Amino acid sequence: MQLQHKEPATDCKNTKRYYVGPVATEFVATKTGIWRTERPDVAIENCSFCGTCRKHCPTDVIIVEKDGDNRGVHFDWDYCKGCGICANVCPKKCIAMIPEAGACDL
Amino acid sequence: MSSRILTDGNGAASLGLKLARIRVVSAYPITPQSPISEKLADYVVDGTLDAKYIRVESEHSAMSCAIGAQLTGVRAGTATSSVGLALMHEVLGVAAGCRIPIVMPVVNRSLVSPWSLWCDHQDSMAERDGGWMQLYAESAQEVLDLILIAYRTSEDARIQLPTMVCLDGFFLSHMSDAIFLPDQDTVDSFLPPYVSHNFHLDPDDPMFINDLTPTSEFTEMRYQQAVAFDKAPEVLAEVMADFQKTFGREYSLTEAYRCDDAEAVIVTLGSMSGTGKYTVDLLREQGKRVGILKITSFRPFPAEQIKSALANVGTVGVIDRSAGFGAQVGPVATEVRATLRGKPVQGFIAGLAGRDISPAVFKKAFTRLLDNETTEHVEWLDLKEDALTLREVRS
Repeated sequence: MQLQHKEPATDCKNTKRYYVGPVATEFVATKTGIWRTERPDVAIENCSFCGTCRKHCPTDVIIVEKDGDNRGVHFDWDYCKGCGICANVCPKKCIAMIPEAGACDL
Repeated sequence: MSSRILTDGNGAASLGLKLARIRVVSAYPITPQSPISEKLADYVVDGTLDAKYIRVESEHSAMSCAIGAQLTGVRAGTATSSVGLALMHEVLGVAAGCRIPIVMPVVNRSLVSPWSLWCDHQDSMAERDGGWMQLYAESAQEVLDLILIAYRTSEDARIQLPTMVCLDGFFLSHMSDAIFLPDQDTVDSFLPPYVSHNFHLDPDDPMFINDLTPTSEFTEMRYQQAVAFDKAPEVLAEVMADFQKTFGREYSLTEAYRCDDAEAVIVTLGSMSGTGKYTVDLLREQGKRVGILKITSFRPFPAEQIKSALANVGTVGVIDRSAGFGAQVGPVATEVRATLRGKPVQGFIAGLAGRDISPAVFKKAFTRLLDNETTEHVEWLDLKEDALTLREVRS
């Protein structure tokens, strides 16, 4: 699990030679999290840890931890597209969709 | 050492590709390009060109094969015209976006409809923003020379862009002309064996080329192409200077002919430039201060050179050899206008589908400029009066 993307998903910064144009030298899945314009933000104090959001997530990127050190609702930001289904189905209405950093800063 | 030979534009183009030691030919014949396809086949058969000749079934395949071949690390040659270039359109973008420095002669011919076999620039103008450099030749000698210059520039690590070397159909492609043919050793010293600076096809080093690129990177890859185009004028000028040192012939992105004290200058492209210069000489004898500015490199567009060449010129005209439908003026005039911000630039259209741009046509344009009768709209210079009543039918 990682925090919100602030940089484009690329590892070019760590290599010394660059190709120009479309080429893949490593075969990995496209990180669809870059499509996101809004992301879910959980008001954890109102959350009942029922897991409805996890069950309805179309990309299965939500983990709900009821107890322990990792107690909370966690999203895989590499693949969460920000579709908002979790926010819609939440029975406690404690998930808000907030704009990604920069998108609406005027 | 060079020899003096008699050939035509297509002959010069074939010799240029041969001197560049292309290793694969994938060409589909189309009038007026066909003699290039045939000549290259002859060279392969008689053993003077060590290349594999792929008999493709269309121009779409011709460019696709050239791209695949060049990605293996050799120069690949092809050439086309008109609707053949249009059929290549999709794959031209692949060569440009994948930064494969293919050099391709384009023998200019009008696009349908009406069907025509003859010269105008609409075919290459339709590709002007697609990521290929475009050089326009005035003579058979320029065809050969610009091909060699194009290879050096295209393959430069700072550039890596493909180039079309455009030659006017029939006016250049089929007109006999005496040219200096450089010897192979001198060309080899000017143009060393091909080295790819970008990705390649190699089973020992597999990579996935031309894959689907997400929104998060597409803009950046387009910007990479734009950066290469920004550097292209400087690199072209560098290569042209080295060409002059090696072969003795001088080239530049634009050629100003008697522009220094000119009151009126016409901007030209391709073979019409020769007629333009000839007309300038005749009009100068009559005391008229006129000049020609020939654009050799249309992509990259030589904005700085045009600005400085025309800084002190009163009135400027541009003859477009293609109609820019829906625009105020033709494509070349549009860009010259944008470059010269504020100065009156008259757009002309002439010479479509092989109609000769004669000295009389140039004189008509110069007269209009010298009389200061410029408008915002394009003037069709050689239009016949019966344009709207060509086909009479029974009512």
